[in-house]
Amino acid sequence: MCAVKQPTTRTAPAYTEFHPRWYRPQVSVYWWLFQRQYLKFILRELSSVFVAAFVVITLLQLNALRNGPEAYARFQQWLQTPAAIALNVVSFCFVVFHAITWFNLAPSAMAVRLRGKPLPDFMVAAPNYAVWLVVSGAVAWLVLR
Amino acid sequence: MADKIILEVARYSPERDAKPSFQSYEVPVYKEWVVLDALNYIKDQVDGSLTYRWSCRMGICGSCGMMVNGEPKLTCATFLSSYAHNGSKVRVEPLRYFPVVRDLVTELSDFLVKLTKVKPWLIRHDEPPLTQGEFLQTPDQLDRYKQFSMCINCTLCYAACPVVGLDPVFVGPAAIALAQRYNMDSRDQGTEERTAVLAHPEGIWGCTFVGECTRVCPKHVDPAGAIQQYKLKAALDWVKSFVMPGEHKSKDVRSEAAND
Ligand code: SF4
Ligand code: FES
Repeated sequence: MCAVKQPTTRTAPAYTEFHPRWYRPQVSVYWWLFQRQYLKFILRELSSVFVAAFVVITLLQLNALRNGPEAYARFQQWLQTPAAIALNVVSFCFVVFHAITWFNLAPSAMAVRLRGKPLPDFMVAAPNYAVWLVVSGAVAWLVLR
Repeated sequence: MADKIILEVARYSPERDAKPSFQSYEVPVYKEWVVLDALNYIKDQVDGSLTYRWSCRMGICGSCGMMVNGEPKLTCATFLSSYAHNGSKVRVEPLRYFPVVRDLVTELSDFLVKLTKVKPWLIRHDEPPLTQGEFLQTPDQLDRYKQFSMCINCTLCYAACPVVGLDPVFVGPAAIALAQRYNMDSRDQGTEERTAVLAHPEGIWGCTFVGECTRVCPKHVDPAGAIQQYKLKAALDWVKSFVMPGEHKSKDVRSEAAND
């Protein structure tokens, strides 16, 4: 039998029976702060909150519309307050960031093959951008005409 | 280019230290030297106790991976000169998120257990007689999995992945890419067996698509792509199981390939 004794001091060889004494690094809570790519990832995740914010604002707007012209006027007034404008501007930036990062990631999730050959990345991303542009254009035309 | 550079090397002795510390060494810089050459210089000329792994020194064995200035790198494929600006230092640490055995040597058993879990070998349900000859494969069929088969198990992608650090049970990028390598192989019939391990919160659904694994991979394996493609397929399979109950979940890859 060669059972290894538990070490009593730090200077004694601290081996367990089969495993040496490993150093196990701890992951800092701020791991995402120190690397550009990690920060970008966290911002991409965070952008979903603003996508949700846009949805909530739209739902509130529909609700105001349903409650009659007075309620709608009140809602529009709220939309003109600095806080609402700030929220909308920040949300808009994040939603654009969300869309762009999402579309750029699409090619790696979809291995599209055409006649046995993989399609180049931009050919997968481009249609997404094209649809985005067309839909945005159509909405802008509807709203601004 | 400076002709000398300071290497700050992480040192950890399990007998002596509670945690790693850095030791600085001044090493010469030659145009053709990689970081591994500098470590070999230290070991041969300055301090024989420095411990690290390496073997092929040509980007094949996958054993020399370390953090170089915070980035997971194959040290045999990372030129020292690219860090040698006046007064600059190079920090060499063991690969992130792995337990450290000593100095720059990481403990790999956990990775190896995860790797075997995904059954990275050809699985056949029928074994045609040898007289039928070898399994033939068209260049197109080879092309579908070739990229994923280039993995050298260097574990750089694990050191790049924050999910690996935060969620130790996550199977991880290379193992999933290797599973996909066999799933996409026209000779393999084990897709379903692997799905049990992979379509799981500890498998593909653990991945949050940070994408760093693909960026650091020295062999352009694109593990992030492999995982997202797997997610898409698992999601479609799930939808299909509602739309067409009773249909076989994952089609045999062979018949898929044959239909091309
Ligand atoms: S996928 Fe790339 S980075 Fe990950 S172990 Fe394989 S070769 Fe290394
Ligand atoms: S020593 Fe083999 S990959 Fe670097």
